[in-house]
Amino acid sequence: MPPRILTEKCNGCEGLPESRCEEACPGNLMVVDAATGKARCRCTRDCWDCMSCTKACPRAAIETRIPYQLGYHKASLRPIMGKDHITWKCVDIHGVETTYKYRNRLAAAPAIRTGKGV
Amino acid sequence: MANRKASRAVDIAPRSLAEVRTETVECDLLIIGGGNAGCFVATEAKRLDPSLRVVIMEKAEIMRSGACSAGMDALNTYIPEGKTPEDLVRWSRAQVGGGPLREDLALSNAEELNEAIDDLERWGLPILRDADGKIRYRGKWDISIHGEQLKPIMAEKAIEAGAEVYNRVAGTGLLMDGGRCVGATGLGVRDGAFHVFRAKSVVVSTGGAGTLYKSYTADSTDSGAQIWMCPYCVGSGYAMGFRQGAELSSLEQRWVATRTKDFCGPVDTISVGYKAPIINCKDERVMSRYAHLGGDAAPRFIRANAPMEEWLAGRGPCYCDTRNMAPELVQAMMTDYLNERPSFVLFLASRGQDVTKEAIEIYGSDPYIMGGHTMGGFWVDMQRMTTVPGLFAAGETAGGNPNKFVGGCAAEGKLAARGAIAYMAAGLEKPDEAAVSAQVESEKARVFAPLLRGKDYDGVTPTEMKERLQRLMDEYAGGSSQFYRTNEERLDYALRHIKMLQSQFAYLKAADLHDLMQANETMDRVDVAEAVVHHLKARRETRWAGWQTRSDYPGRDDANFDCFVETRRDPVTGEVTAFTRPYEQLVPGDRFKA
Ligand SMILES: Cc1cc2nc3c(=O)[nH]c(=O)nc-3n(C[C@H](O)[C@H](O)[C@H](O)COP(=O)(O)OP(=O)(O)OC[C@H]3O[C@@H](n4cnc5c(N)ncnc54)[C@H](O)[C@@H]3O)c2cc1C
Ligand code: SF4
Ligand code: SF4
Repeated sequence: MPPRILTEKCNGCEGLPESRCEEACPGNLMVVDAATGKARCRCTRDCWDCMSCTKACPRAAIETRIPYQLGYHKASLRPIMGKDHITWKCVDIHGVETTYKYRNRLAAAPAIRTGKGV
Repeated sequence: MANRKASRAVDIAPRSLAEVRTETVECDLLIIGGGNAGCFVATEAKRLDPSLRVVIMEKAEIMRSGACSAGMDALNTYIPEGKTPEDLVRWSRAQVGGGPLREDLALSNAEELNEAIDDLERWGLPILRDADGKIRYRGKWDISIHGEQLKPIMAEKAIEAGAEVYNRVAGTGLLMDGGRCVGATGLGVRDGAFHVFRAKSVVVSTGGAGTLYKSYTADSTDSGAQIWMCPYCVGSGYAMGFRQGAELSSLEQRWVATRTKDFCGPVDTISVGYKAPIINCKDERVMSRYAHLGGDAAPRFIRANAPMEEWLAGRGPCYCDTRNMAPELVQAMMTDYLNERPSFVLFLASRGQDVTKEAIEIYGSDPYIMGGHTMGGFWVDMQRMTTVPGLFAAGETAGGNPNKFVGGCAAEGKLAARGAIAYMAAGLEKPDEAAVSAQVESEKARVFAPLLRGKDYDGVTPTEMKERLQRLMDEYAGGSSQFYRTNEERLDYALRHIKMLQSQFAYLKAADLHDLMQANETMDRVDVAEAVVHHLKARRETRWAGWQTRSDYPGRDDANFDCFVETRRDPVTGEVTAFTRPYEQLVPGDRFKA
């Protein structure tokens, strides 16, 4: 079930011309349901599990899940986006938690070496 | 300069074509597909001539689209100190079993490579360096990055350079004037409009073609797109050009790779990055069986096929043996995965797997057509122009030149931009307006037909036809269930059924715009699959077992096939013909050694 929407957190990105998850998905899979006002994935079997929607959601309302046919219930991996770094919190099916944090952007670098390897 | 945002999805149900809005944009250079290569086409074109109107037609949203959507953990090629572009071509040649390959293209790409990667670092991509500032090499040619933001970094530069991006417009066909390309059309998957881009030159950079073959992880209820390659790059660029007579090269050299099992994730991260050996169920080192071919450094197709051969011989499953990895290395490896394929970390967590106790299982992927990895793509000249004047190709979409990956696709984007600018500078005649308008109308009718039939029509859904094709290709054209093997009779069978599918396009139906995009994708898949089968049929030998295995011609036949296999589809009759082109060795040295 790739993206799982936590409906109590999702507000449909009210007020934005396009919701963040809808904007991010490379497969055009996310949509805000007109009836409920909440996000949903049109077709979970078409999802690549790229986690772009999960990273983009400002309300942490999306959890990525591995389809049960491939992985067991229930592990979680949560990205927390910083300005120039990202933090990931992973909990496995036994409850073991691991945190990873690293820089994902340099300040636009000053002129650096060009041409051949350095 | 603008990144034209899409709107939220709208529901439209036009009753006739007249209700479908047509929106026309005029530009100098049109780029179809704003991925890794496409973003570099745009920045280079605007750098060389800021007055050019450069437009990108992008099916997704440019910040997260294509192969790099989730990020990257390595740049597979960057020429180290003391090595030359010729050395890189020698390595690339040895990786594809001595070729044939287009050494002219490979060399020009290699000369441009490092500068393109330096651009990425200048733009803010973290490339890992050691304590004294030297770039950290992961293997012989590949360097490590923290590339979670790689795609937004490239996209921001293209926009900053002044390209206009039309997001959520999926390219469907080319506009032609006589034999040359003068633009393209696209389906607005959010606004429901038919978009017409009139251009002086067009670069197609829609990535490769995934999802032609059934993936072994696909089952009847879920996991239809849990493949290694981006499943939203379905080969539309190849299909658009092929339908207009552009020549395709080397599609039989499919990209098949060893990937993690059950979650088709990258393996180089473990085997190259952390030197974890490949073992079989008996704890034997698999690659030692291939010592005479280079062992762990054997050509890529041999490494890809090796675990599958173990399974066939009854020695599977196979693993990347991570059991001796130190905890800090495991942490670094997981960080690499989070940069590239984060959900693999989630997969391991959902198996409750501690990789220091249990090795990571590996298996072969489903086959893909990818001109940035193997050689399948358009035949292009040094300017990256296809055999259709005015139509250029870059990245996975351009053929003949394998092992491009991120850096090479970027470099080729620059070369294609220069080629297109030179073509436009030579002066172009005005196209015949009446002929172009007629094409716009007939293409609009073709693209929207499934939606006009509507969801209640007694026809075929895009998914049904996609799955029919995927199973056909898997079982008859050498998919993973067949351990990649095929023969003349199976290929003939596949062609017969591909013809039936083409004749059934007239039954495709779509309930909404997303469905309509999928209907068009499915037609593109079928047309590309037809080309793939013709290529597999024409190479009556086995040159790259796994990538291309003919059970009826198990050996290599240098007398007849040390050359390129090409196909061309007649734009009027639709008939496909296969032929060959000669290979030319330009870089001296033993073709089989790097
Ligand atoms: C999981 C994974 C891991 C990888 N790891 C590495 C690595 O570690 N190092 C490395 O060097 N390389 C790696 N690669 C390879 C590398 O990412 C690709 O070779 C390269 O990025 C391809 O660039 P491209 O521009 O040709 O295609 P893409 O970047 O895929 O761009 C294609 C673009 O076209 C758009 N598009 C598709 N169809 C249409 C249409 N009909 N109309 C309009 N737009 C369309 C797509 O949305 C996308 O934006 C990896 C690839 C994958 C999938
Ligand atoms: S981005 Fe988050 S809050 Fe916004 S619609 Fe999507 S799930 Fe809901
Ligand atoms: S995980 Fe990726 S492919 Fe799946 S819905 Fe989210 S953005 Fe789309």
